[in-house]
This record gives sequence, C-alpha cells and structure tokens, in this order.
Amino acid sequence: MTIVTPKISFPHRHLLGIEGLSPDEISGLLDLSESHVEQNRQTDKKRTTLRGRTCINLFFENSTRTRTSFELAGKRLGADVINMSVSTSSIKKGETLIDTAMTLNAMHPDVLVVRHPDSGAVQLLSEKVNCAVINGGDGRHEHPTQALLDALTIRRRKGKLSGLRVAICGDIMHSRVARSNIRLLSIMGAQVRVVAPPTLLPAEIGKLGVETFHHMEEGLKDCDIVMMLRLQLERMNGSFVPSVREYFRFYGLDYAKLEAAKPDALIMHPGPMNRGVEIDGELADDINRSAIREQVEMGVAVRMACLETLTGALPQSGGEA
Amino acid sequence: MAKGAKKTKTVKAKATTKTVAAAPKTANRTAYVNARLIDPASGLDAPGGLLSEGGRIADFAAGLFADGAPENAETIDCRGRILAPGLVDMRVRLRDPGHEHKEATVSAAAGGITTIIVLPNTDPVIDSVALVEFIGRRTGEAGLINIHPMAALTQGLEGGEITEMGLLAGAGAVAFGDGAASIDDSLVMRRALSYARSFGLLIVQRPEDSSLASDGVMNEGEIATRLGLAGIPNAAEVIRLERDIRLVELTGGRYHASLLSTAESVDVVRRAKARGLNVTCDTAPPYFALNEIAVGDYRTFVRLSPPLRCEEDRRAVVEGIEDGTIDAIVSDHAPHHQDSKRQPFAQAESGAVGLETLLAIALDLTREGSLSLPDMLGKLTCGPADILGLDGGRLKKKAPADMVVFDPDAPWKIDADQLLSKSKNTPFDGKLAQGRVIRTVISGRTVFHDPGLDA
Repeated sequence: MTIVTPKISFPHRHLLGIEGLSPDEISGLLDLSESHVEQNRQTDKKRTTLRGRTCINLFFENSTRTRTSFELAGKRLGADVINMSVSTSSIKKGETLIDTAMTLNAMHPDVLVVRHPDSGAVQLLSEKVNCAVINGGDGRHEHPTQALLDALTIRRRKGKLSGLRVAICGDIMHSRVARSNIRLLSIMGAQVRVVAPPTLLPAEIGKLGVETFHHMEEGLKDCDIVMMLRLQLERMNGSFVPSVREYFRFYGLDYAKLEAAKPDALIMHPGPMNRGVEIDGELADDINRSAIREQVEMGVAVRMACLETLTGALPQSGGEA
Repeated sequence: MAKGAKKTKTVKAKATTKTVAAAPKTANRTAYVNARLIDPASGLDAPGGLLSEGGRIADFAAGLFADGAPENAETIDCRGRILAPGLVDMRVRLRDPGHEHKEATVSAAAGGITTIIVLPNTDPVIDSVALVEFIGRRTGEAGLINIHPMAALTQGLEGGEITEMGLLAGAGAVAFGDGAASIDDSLVMRRALSYARSFGLLIVQRPEDSSLASDGVMNEGEIATRLGLAGIPNAAEVIRLERDIRLVELTGGRYHASLLSTAESVDVVRRAKARGLNVTCDTAPPYFALNEIAVGDYRTFVRLSPPLRCEEDRRAVVEGIEDGTIDAIVSDHAPHHQDSKRQPFAQAESGAVGLETLLAIALDLTREGSLSLPDMLGKLTCGPADILGLDGGRLKKKAPADMVVFDPDAPWKIDADQLLSKSKNTPFDGKLAQGRVIRTVISGRTVFHDPGLDA
C-alpha cells in the first residue's frame, strides 16, 4: 500500500514543549503520526528515512515506556539508537549536566531525547548542543510527546479535538503530562478542566485557561474525555492526601463517578497505573471505555513523526510502505 | 590621589584604567573642592568642600573652598559631582571568612561602599570569639574597607543554642542572626531577643518559614506553575515576620528584618513601627527593581532567596522605601562561580553579586518615584549605620574620612564581564543604568578611582 506522507512546516530546532507551537504545527505532527500508525501494524515495520542517523536517549530518570517507545520509533525509521541511563546522583557528584551534554555532543548525534527530573533541564541542555533535542519529560514542566500521543488517540476516537470537553484528574501539581496536555488541548480549541483536591493543584492553575473542580462528579459532568494521572506513592500517605483509601473514594475513577461524564466518554491514563488508587482496575481494562493501550501504540507513531520532523528527514513527496 | 599613588599598587586587572589601591597609607591633608556635598543624616545638600586630615574629616561646609583650594593640601576637584558618606552595606555573604574578603573589598570599593557587614554563613560559621577576632585581623591586613562580622545567633547556625553574644559583641560582632537561615524555633527566638537586651544587641532575621518555603525555588504563582517549578508563597515570609514581631513585643528586644520582598511584610513592619516597637528592616535592589517575570526561561542568575515576587510586591517595596518603613538598602552580595549557576533552576545556587551595582540601581528610585536623592542615600549610609550603632554613614568632623564621589547621571550598561568581582552572577547584566562611582575614599585614602569619569 502507499502511504502519503503529509507535508509539515515545523520551524523549530527542538521539541522542548508544547508551549509555543501553533495549531498548524500540532496538526501537522499529528497528521504525520497518523501515517505511521498503519505502517506500525504491518509485518514489515521498517523504514529507512533515518538511515545513518544517530539518536541518543539520555534518561536521568527511570522510564520504561517512554524510553522504549523512542527506541522503537528510532529503529523503525532506520536510525542507530543508543540508550543512556544516568543516575542524577552521579551527575551531582562530578560531571554537570552541561558536561554530559558537551560529551554527547562530541559524538555527533542527530537527535537527543532527554528526560530529567528538573524543570528546565532539557532546555538548558539544548542550548549547549548542535543536534535536535526532544524533551522526554522535564520535572513538572513539559512532556510534549505524551500530549501529542494523547491528542492523536483522542482525534482518532473522536474525530476532532476542538470543542471537546476534557477533564484531567489527579496530581496536577507534580505532573508534566498535565501541563503539556493543558497547553496542547487549549491550543487546539478543547475545553479543559482540572479535577483534584486543592493540595494537588498548583497555584493559579486557572490562568492556564482551565476550569478547576474539587469534586469529581462535578468535574466529569458532560466530559468527552477523562484523563487520569498517576499519584506517586510518596504523596499518598498524609502529605498531600490522607490515605489511598480516602483518595480512591473521592478522586479515584470508577464506574459510578464515570456516570457523570458523557455516555461515550473515553478514559485515558499516561501510565503506569496505580490500580485501585486513581483508577478502578476493571474500568482500566474495559475495552469499550478505556483507550489506555491505544495510547501506548500511538506513542511510537508520534515519536516517529517527531524524530523525522526534527531531523528534517521527511521525504519531499509520498513515502513507501 | 597623586601623593599616595606612588606607593599604591594596582590590584585591578583588565585593560581599564580604574585603580583599586591596597596597602594602607595615611594621606595627610586632602581638600575636596567643588563638590555637591550631601550628608543624609544632617540633611545637608549644597555646593561645598571637605578637608580631610590624618584620615579624618577635619572640616566640611557649604561654600568651603569656594574661593580656591587651600595651600599645603592635596586637592581633589570633584567637578560638581556628589561627595557623600561612603556606603554602609549591612548584608554581604562570603563563603570563606578571610579568603574571599579581598575580592569582596575590591568590588565594594568600586561600588562606593566603605563598610560591609558579613553574614555568619561561612565555612567555618562565624559563631566563636576566635573567628570574629580573625576577621578583624584580616580586615586590618586587607586594609581596603571596613568589615564587621554579623555573628551567628545560634551555634553552628543550627537554630538551637544561642551563641556567646556578649563575648562576641566584645570581639567586634555588630549584630546577631543566622544569616541566610531563619530561626525556626519560637522559644529560641524569644530567648535570643530577650538575652540580647542585656547588652543592647541587635537581632537580624531574614524571615522565612522553612516548612512553608519547603522545596520552593521561586515565587509561587502563575509563572512557577507554567515553568513547573515549586513555589514559595508570600505567606512564608510574613508568617515568620509576624511571629517575630510578637516576640519583640513580648521581650522588648531589638529586631531587624532583612530582605523584605512582599507587600504583606512591608505592611507588617509599617504597623509594628506605628505601635512603637523597636523594629527596623531592609531590602535589596532585586526586590525593588525586578519582579518574578525576570525568571523568564529559567534564568538561574535571578534565583534568589527570598525569590523575586510579583509586580504588586515590588511596588509595595518601593513604597516602603519611600515612606520610611524600610530603613536600609543592602546588596545581599552573594558571589557564586558560574558552574553553580549553569544548572537546572532548582539545582542552581541562590544569590547574586550586588556590591558594584548597589548605588546605580538604588539611584533609579530617585528618578522613578518620590524619593529624594538625600533620602535614598540615607538608606545606604546613616540608615544602616544607625541600626548597627556604627559611627560611619555620615559626614562628621573628626570622623574617619570614608566617602564616595559619584556622578548620579553618568549612563552605563551593566556588563557582567566588566565587573571587578570574580563572580559574575548579577541579575542586572545588560541593564542600562545611571550613576557611577568616581572615587571611593577610606580614612582619607582613595581606594578606588575611575579617571575615565573624572574628566
């Protein structure tokens, strides 16, 4: 079969965040991602658009799915992919983040995918290297490829982003996924709500253009999309919320609370899930309501599109399957 | 400085002609003619002259030397520029007592500062008589400017047991506080304020509730939320300040709050003063010249503690300076090597250099608001000197001739690379400023001179 690769105008050297992207740029990336979805379902998944290119996945923080997803994306496009996991403790002892960047830069990679526990760290690193940098998640700041894969998932299921009502629920305060999604969905014309206890909401979150709710049923009312966030274990016991039991009772997504949303509301979660904490296990597996596995699938396609776009390796006209 | 020049050596590097003199050398008689004399303490602001003799002010008056310079005295023509008391900076952070002093004194001299108070947050902590005396000796050796230590209020800055305040004061400590750290324990603070009364000593606190500030790295609010940085609410400052003021009320102690950054804090001090409490306070240039927007895309040079606040707070700080609520302006000079600033925002050290830009940034207050030049200078001279009980900060016969000559209008662009300080972490890099120091004089001896501006 022939897949026509959409043309995309993307005048950015790096993908550091959703902030600053235009609706056309986002749509362009999503269109390009779409073209990879079918290909990834074929037996022969390999392309050659990034042949000869080197991608380094530099992770200063643990990650399985994001790193694997980027690795697969690079390999399916024919690039050489290297994974580097660096514990931040060793970074603090001697080599600085910038030293690491300079070292890697000397190896002439074409793309660096970076995840770091500090907000702004990926941007700092991007200022010191010659290659394209993709933010694989920085602190609480941004996780742009997650927002893009979420958007692709939504667009495929709902046919659009504009005008949809999306509730993002849970630990908004510590979540880069929430920040990137709020930005992307707002740029694309969706109405975004955040639903959380006040202890898990950052100050003046409303100024990012979202509506704030503290009660789940109110927040989910008439929503098309319910996006759940992971609550870190260390935040569950008395610091931000009193207990897992209480959190699940008031903020965990179950069939009863989901009643408030639209009958065809889609459930999403960036993973990894805490079953029985932020989401009922059975509901998470309900193929009719949950798009959680599809999100993972879209992740590879979106990252392929990002790698192609930033390396400028897009074929001028249609590509081949 | 013709007479002294033969024996002074030029410490300054770089291809400028500015000189910073070392090696004490008593000038005998020097006449400063054709100056605009400003003495904030007495309200003097008039054309006149000043005569120093043996390192002390022998005479000064409006119209002095109007008919020409006296004989048998070296003459310095101020060319109509301002001659004021040397600046007194009551908050300077140095990590290493002794070692970094030379660097700091060079910067201070270039900034027109003749007296600095160093915080006890050094390694080792300034909490012993031996160390206070050591700093006194090193100051004498360096000989450039006057350095007085603020001693730790609690041993090891641990917030627990109070230091030997009486002995430390006897050795030369001019105030007591845990410097960059805030005293958390209310009972410790109560006892410190109470005990200090027996010697009439000053307790200095940079108010911040450490549990509320927690892991925050910038002002809490929309920008922190957008950047994904942990925020510090205004309440962290004002809660600690209000508690302290209750304790001042309870004990009758002397209390000075340092680095006010929020509207609420300024208001709390204003009301405490109205109630007649023995409370004073200061702020630093970043808090009246910048707001949180300066953080931009994670600019670590504006990572400060307390953090830059919002515009309403900045305006309230300006108002506090104008109406006299804020008694002093400090540099909060904190040199950091660039490696500790070239980090992700949350990992970067907090603090900025400020000695060389203190006067220029403060002068903006006289152009933008209602503050007169003498009133502004008061915050940099007699204001802090009075709080600390120091003699300096005013033009007074027989007092040490510590003075600054500056041009309040000279325009310049603040360029981090041009600072004499080895550390370049200024939040004002690139700022267009007005007001430059031409000459800094300590005990009658010129320790800094910029001949480029003296033509």
